[in-house]
Amino acid sequence: MPRTTGIRVSGFGGQGVIMMGHIIGKGAAIFDGRHATMTQSFGPEARGSACSSQIIVSDDRILYPYLRQADILVAMSQEAYGKFLPGLKPKGILLIDEDLVRMKERPKDGVKVFAVPATRFAEELGRRIVLNIVMTGFFAAVTGAVKPDSMREAVKTSVPKGTENLNLQAFEKGFEYGREQVEGHAAAKRQ
Amino acid sequence: MKADPKGVLTGAHYIDGNYAIAEGALAAGCRFFGGYPITPSTEIAERFVQRAPHVGGLFIQMEDEMGSMNAVLGASWGGVKSMTCTSGPGFSLMMENFGLGLMLETPCVLVNVQRGGPSTGLPTLPGQGDMMQARWGSHGDYEVIALAPDSPQEGFDLTIHAFNLSERYRMPVLMMTDECVGHMTEKVVIPSAEGIEVEPRRFTKKPPSEFLPYEVDESLVPYAPIPGEGYRFHVSGLTHDEQGYPVINAEAQDKLVRRLVDKVKKNAADICKYEEKDIDGADVVVLSYGITSRVVQPAVEMAKKKGIKIGQIRLIVVWPFPEERIRELAGSVKGIVVPEINLGQMVLEVERCAAGRCATILVAHAGGGVHDPETIFQAIKEAAK
Repeated sequence: MPRTTGIRVSGFGGQGVIMMGHIIGKGAAIFDGRHATMTQSFGPEARGSACSSQIIVSDDRILYPYLRQADILVAMSQEAYGKFLPGLKPKGILLIDEDLVRMKERPKDGVKVFAVPATRFAEELGRRIVLNIVMTGFFAAVTGAVKPDSMREAVKTSVPKGTENLNLQAFEKGFEYGREQVEGHAAAKRQ
Repeated sequence: MKADPKGVLTGAHYIDGNYAIAEGALAAGCRFFGGYPITPSTEIAERFVQRAPHVGGLFIQMEDEMGSMNAVLGASWGGVKSMTCTSGPGFSLMMENFGLGLMLETPCVLVNVQRGGPSTGLPTLPGQGDMMQARWGSHGDYEVIALAPDSPQEGFDLTIHAFNLSERYRMPVLMMTDECVGHMTEKVVIPSAEGIEVEPRRFTKKPPSEFLPYEVDESLVPYAPIPGEGYRFHVSGLTHDEQGYPVINAEAQDKLVRRLVDKVKKNAADICKYEEKDIDGADVVVLSYGITSRVVQPAVEMAKKKGIKIGQIRLIVVWPFPEERIRELAGSVKGIVVPEINLGQMVLEVERCAAGRCATILVAHAGGGVHDPETIFQAIKEAAK
C-alpha cells in the first residue's frame, strides 16, 4: 500500500456508511498502528439519500484531513455511485453492492471494479442490518488498505455487545467472496 | 494533583472530537454537566451521559441554555467541577450567565462547537464565526480565556487544560472548537491517571471565622469556601466587596473590574499558548486556529514549492491573544495571512497588533465548509510580493 490512501464509503443514510468508515479508520489507526482520519458528510440530507464518510489512512500524521480525490470508492446506492464516481482517481478501486448499483458502462481510466451482493448476503445471514459489515469484509479482501486481522478487531470492538458473532460472520462472508474475486482477477491476468 | 483514575479511560481510542472533549472533562474530574442539546455539540453531552453513572457524575438536561449555564455555576459553587456545551444560538443565550460566572469567579468550562451563523444558520456545518462573541459577547468589561483544538487528541488534552486554567484563575473558560473537529474521528490516546495533572479547587486555608470570599493576595485570584464546612459566603452579580456584598459605587467598581481584567492580563504569559513553525527568516506567516490550521497545510506546501519563505503560527489559546508575539512578528515579516471560517474576526486582532508594520491579509470563508487551500495559497503569494 502507498503511504497515503484516500477512501470514500458512500450509500444512503441507514446503511451503516459511517460505521463502515469508522471500522476502516479504527483498524488502521488502532490495530495497524498507522494514522487514520475519518470525516463525514453530516446533515439532514444524510437521511435516506446519499451520504458518505471519508477516511484517509497514512503512515504519517495527517495534516489536511479532507479527501479531494479518492483512491478507493465504496458505493452502496445508485445515487451515491452517480454522485461520487467522478471523485474517484484514475486507476482507482471501485467497490459496489451489485444489487443496488447498476453500471450503465464500465468506468474509464483503468478503474478496477469489484462487486458483491452485500445486502443479499446480509439477508441470508438473517439480518439485513449487517450489510455494511459484509461490505467491510469484502473491502478488507480486495483493497488490502488495512490488515484483515486489524479489521476483524475493529469490527469486534465497534459493534453493539452481543452482536459480535453475527457481525464477524458477516465480515467473513464478504471477506471470502472478496478473496475469490481477487484470485479470479489474478488468474485472468495470468491467462 | 493527579487525576482521579475513575474518570480516566486509559488507552487508545478511535473517537471524534466531541467524544474526546467529554473524555477530557471526565479525566479532569468534571462530575456535573448542565446541558441543553444543540447540533453539532450534542455528542459531548451524550458521551457524558453514558459515562457519568460509572464515575459518580450527574447530568441534568435543563429547560434551556440560560438554565444550563446557571446550573453549571451552581454546581461549581457546590464544589464540583462542572461544564456545559452548546453551539451558536445556545452560545448567545449563555452569554449573560457566562458574564455572571466571570463576575462571581466561578470555575467551569463552556464548550462551543461552532457552526455557521448568524441565528440558526447552518446547524450541521462548520463555522468560526463566534470568536469575537467569545471575547465580547457578554456585557461590561472583562477578559476571557478561550482555547481552540485542531484535532480530537487536542480536544481531550485542551479540555483538561481548560479545567485547569478555570481552577487556577477562578473563571469560566471557553473551548472554541468547530463542527469539523467535533465530528472528525481520529486516534485519541488517553494516558493513565498518574500521567494527567489536574488542578484542584483553590480552597481557602483560613478558618470560617476569618474567611472572606473575595479577599485576594498578590495572585489576584480569590480562594474558595469549602462547601459544607461552615464557611459563609454571599455571591452577587452586583459589584461587590471582599465580603461579596453589593457596593454600588465607582470605587468598588474600579477595584473589582480592574482585578477581574488584571488576573488574566498580568498572567497572559502563563495562559497564552501557540505553536510556531519555520518562523525564522519567514517573509510570510500564516496565522490560524482550530480546523483551519490543518486546512492551510496544502497551501503552505504549495508556497514552499514556489520558493516562498513561509512560516506558521497556530493559536492554541486564542484569548488572551498573543499581542506581544504578533507585534514582534509584524516587525520582521512582509505579511501575515489569516484564514478563518468567518468574514474577519481574529484578523482584527492581528491588524491591531501589526499596526500597519506589515500587511495583514484575511482569507474569509462565510461558513458551511472549509477553505479551498488554493485560495489560501493565492493570499500567501499576494503577501509575499
